[in-house]
Amino acid sequence: MIDKTVASAAAAVADIADGATIMLGGFGAAGMPSRLIDALIAQGAGDLTIVNNNAGNGDTGLAALIKARRVTKIICSFPRQVDSHHFDAQYRAGLLELELVPQGNLAERIRAAGAGIGAFFTPTGYRTLLAQGKETRVIDGRGHVLEYPIHADYALIGAERGDRWGNLVYRKTARNFGPIMATAARCTIAEVREIVPLGALDPECIVTPGIFVHRLVPLAGTRRATS
Amino acid sequence: MQRYSRDEIAARVANDIPDGAYVNLGIGLPTLVANHLPADREIVLHSENGVLGMGPVPAPPNEDPDLINASKRPVSLLPGGSYFHHADSFAMMRGGHLDYCVLGAYQVSVEGDLANWHTGEPDAIPAVGGAMDLAIGAKNVFVMMEHLTRTGESKIVPRCTYPITGVGCVTRIYTDLAVIDVTRDGLLVTDIVAGLSFAELARMTGVPLLRPHAESGST
Repeated sequence: MIDKTVASAAAAVADIADGATIMLGGFGAAGMPSRLIDALIAQGAGDLTIVNNNAGNGDTGLAALIKARRVTKIICSFPRQVDSHHFDAQYRAGLLELELVPQGNLAERIRAAGAGIGAFFTPTGYRTLLAQGKETRVIDGRGHVLEYPIHADYALIGAERGDRWGNLVYRKTARNFGPIMATAARCTIAEVREIVPLGALDPECIVTPGIFVHRLVPLAGTRRATS
Repeated sequence: MQRYSRDEIAARVANDIPDGAYVNLGIGLPTLVANHLPADREIVLHSENGVLGMGPVPAPPNEDPDLINASKRPVSLLPGGSYFHHADSFAMMRGGHLDYCVLGAYQVSVEGDLANWHTGEPDAIPAVGGAMDLAIGAKNVFVMMEHLTRTGESKIVPRCTYPITGVGCVTRIYTDLAVIDVTRDGLLVTDIVAGLSFAELARMTGVPLLRPHAESGST
């Protein structure tokens, strides 16, 4: 019998080691797996490379992980925000390495990793600072940049509902990076608002098939602010 | 001379977007365009975090933290709207599926190069988001910006001095002084604010401009 459910967020992240590369789902707070991140902070792993669209907002989630000095490198598209103060301070102090990636290249590099693609040419970023030092090629008269996949040891993502096989559905724009990050990590851990019986999710509507998900943590007893 | 207000610029952009268009409005000034889209046109707004058919900002208490736009502000979804993941969202952008995007800019060059993501200052924290994907991906790239910097220099330049976002990607420039098409022949002025002459606009802009009706450029 397959049952990917793990009783607690702490148990789900227990084996994450120092130096791991971790994809964190979420666009700002939407879809960010805050319970798993809290458990990761408590667990203590450090020297982490984090892949996320942003570099933390406010004082929770990724921002709290940065504040706890567990992150040495961030791969993201948009670090600078009005409430990214923990990132800003450590970046300016030289404590954090930043790899800035155009957002679509970030998404496609993650997708490519999950899909087994070795590298791809994209027109995004051609002749810009963010393509410096990268291989280029003119294809059909248009300049392209060679980009490589981003693989991760772990992906921590948030979803709305899941079943014990790890099938997932998301909620509104909280979907964002979840489905592609789930494919790109050796171990994908999803925190879900609700675990439903096998067969309860409409197979036509499952967004992430369970093959991409390894551990599932229910947010029992917690409620999201929803309308 | 009566400069166009930000809302007047936004209204001019909105009026140029046809019925049935798929459109991405960049963060900042371009978000104003949504307020001026003609009610009799069905225009589908895309947000790069994974929405088509984005609707207006909901009134409290109907905000939903799981339904936000690229600026991470609460929005709504119109009937017919859809959600999708980031790789699909950027396939729409990079893949040439969006008809229009509207972006702010620091500078646009005479050849349509766009600079809008980074000042290049040593102490600036760079952030790019989806700007480079929109710049090279949308069928039409409209720029909305003030014509001049605060110190009076033209933001339309012979060559961008800020780091560029995309090469030769801008279709049309809307400013508080004029509307200018980027064409193979050069920058074609299609509209000037009342009370400003073409010669004066050309002097303020500092790069060769073309007038409609095949008159030669002036400096």
